[in-house]
Amino acid sequence: MNSATREAYAQAIAELSAENPNIVALDADLAAATKSGAFKKACPERFFDMGIAEADMVGTAAGLATCGKIPFASSFSVFVTGRAFEQVRQSVCYSDLNVKLVGSHAGPSCGEDGGTHQAVEDIAIMRSLPNMTVVVPADDVEAYAATKAAVETLGPMYIRVARLASPTIHDADTYEFHFGKGEVLREGTDVTIIACGMMVPRALDAADRLAEEGVSAEVINMHTIKPLDEELVVASAKKTGKVVTIEEASIVGGLGSAVCEVLSEKCPTPVRRIGMPDIFGMSGAGGELLDIYGLTADHIIECYREMA
Amino acid sequence: MGTDLKAVANQIRIDIIESLAAAGSGHPGGSLSCADILTVLYFEKMHIDPENPNDPDRDRLVLSKGHAAPALYAALAERGYFPREDLLTLRKYGSHLQGHPNMADTPGVDMSTGSLGQGLAVANGMALAGRLDNKDYYVYVIMGDGEIQEGEIWEAAMAASHYGLGHVIGFVDHNGLQIDGTNDEVMTVNPVADKFAAFGWNVLSIDGHDLEAISAAVDEAKKCEDRPTVIVCETVKGKGVSFMENAVNWHGAAPNAEQAAVALAELRGE
Repeated sequence: MNSATREAYAQAIAELSAENPNIVALDADLAAATKSGAFKKACPERFFDMGIAEADMVGTAAGLATCGKIPFASSFSVFVTGRAFEQVRQSVCYSDLNVKLVGSHAGPSCGEDGGTHQAVEDIAIMRSLPNMTVVVPADDVEAYAATKAAVETLGPMYIRVARLASPTIHDADTYEFHFGKGEVLREGTDVTIIACGMMVPRALDAADRLAEEGVSAEVINMHTIKPLDEELVVASAKKTGKVVTIEEASIVGGLGSAVCEVLSEKCPTPVRRIGMPDIFGMSGAGGELLDIYGLTADHIIECYREMA
Repeated sequence: MGTDLKAVANQIRIDIIESLAAAGSGHPGGSLSCADILTVLYFEKMHIDPENPNDPDRDRLVLSKGHAAPALYAALAERGYFPREDLLTLRKYGSHLQGHPNMADTPGVDMSTGSLGQGLAVANGMALAGRLDNKDYYVYVIMGDGEIQEGEIWEAAMAASHYGLGHVIGFVDHNGLQIDGTNDEVMTVNPVADKFAAFGWNVLSIDGHDLEAISAAVDEAKKCEDRPTVIVCETVKGKGVSFMENAVNWHGAAPNAEQAAVALAELRGE
C-alpha cells in the first residue's frame, strides 16, 4: 500500500465495475493523471473520455445519473469543481442526482504545475452546495473504502484525492468507512487535532511528539467534511478545550471553517486553523511545498502552544 | 393518435398566457415560439406514459431553454401528467411548478433546467445510458438560439457527434430574439445550421410552426442512426399573440389581466 489516494480510488471503481454494471466513468483528457484509466482498461465500454470539456463532462454525468447509472467524473479538482461549478450546482446538486465527482491533484502537494493547478478552494465551494457530500480520504485504504461506499450511497458527492503517495494508516482488512462519522485515531484530553487527507499522518506525528512532552492530544480523521460529524467535534472540544484543524486547502471555507461554524454555535472553543492562508500556491516539489506552507506537525504543535 | 394537433397547440398557448398572467412574471415570448414543437413531440412522437412518468424505456425531453417552462408545463398538463388547474399555481410558493423546470417536483419533467447551455450535455448522457442498456428510446432537447451562445452547447455538440448519438434529436428554437435584442445585435449565432453541420450533425431546417413539417423532420431525424440530428426551427417569438410577436419586450414580462384578455380572445378566435 502507501499509494496515492487517486490510485486507490481508480482501483476501486475498476474492481467494483465487475460486480456493478451501473458504474460508469468519465474523464476530461486526464485519465492517466487521475488514474481513471484503470477503469477504462477494466471496462472500456463504460468509460467516456469527454475531451478537455469539464462542463460537458459533468452535464453528461448528470444525464447518465437520471437513467440509473452511477457516474464517476474525474479531473483535476480545480477543473471538476471550478470550471464546472455551475454544472455541478444546476445539473447535479439542484436535482440531487447521483453523480460522483472526483478531484485529484488537490492542494499544494499537486506540486510543480503551480498555483494554477493546486486547488485550494474546492472544499469550500463544494461544501456550499445543498445536497453535496464532501469527502477527503486520508490514505489509500480509506480512498478505496470511500469509493466503495460512494457506489452504495445515493446523491451528489465530491471525493478529493491527492497526487502524492502518502503513508497508509488504516488496516485494509478491518477498516470500516461511514460517511459523516469522524474517526478518533487517538484519544486525548489536552487538545483536539482535526485533520483530513494527507494531513492525518502529520496530525498523528504531532500527537506522538506532544505525548513525549506529556501532552495528551486527541486526533480525529475527519474524512467527511460535509455532513460534518458535529457531535464528535463538540464532544471532543468539550473534553479538551482546544482545537487545531489542519487541511491541505484554504483556511477560508474548508474543514477549519466547518469546525468553527459548529463550535461557535454549540461549544465556543479556542481554535487554530492550519491550511493555505488565503493564498495561491507556487511551483515546487509537492512534499516540499507542504512544509513551506506550514502544513506540518511542527505547526500543529506551535498552534497548541499558543493556546496552552 | 388522431389528435387535432393544431387545437392542442392553440390550447397550450392559451395555457401559457393564463398561467403567466396568474403568475405575474415569466417568459411568454420563448414559450409561445416553441409551443408547436412541444405539441408534436408530446402528442405525436414521444413514447411516453403519463401514468408511468419514470418508465425507464420512455423517450426523454430536456427543455434546455428552461425559461420556456410554461410551455412545457402546459404540454405536460394537457397530456395528463398533472391537473390543468396546477398551471395557475406557476411560480407561486408551494407549487410544484417552479419558475424553471425541476425534475424533483414535477411529474414528466425529465431534467431540471434553467441555467442556459446545460441541456444538450445532459441529453447526451441520457442517450449514452440508453445505448449501454440496449434501449431504443430517443432524447429530445430544445435549445434557444440565444442559448447556443453558451460554450457548453458546443462542447456537447462535439461530444454527441464524437459518440455518434443518433438518438439525440435537438431543436433550435430560432426566433432571432433574446433579452437584450436580436441575436445579431447581441452576439451573432448565425449560421446556426452550418455550425452544427461543421460539428458533424445531421441538420434539418424547417418552419417551426408548421406541425406537419416538425413531424416529418422528426421522422427524418430517426433515419439518421449514426449521428445526432438538429432541427433548426425558424420561429416567431411570441407566436400566436399579435402584440407579442417579434417583440423583444415580451421575452420576460407577463401580461397583465387586460393584456391577457386580449391575447386569450385572439387565441380563442373571438
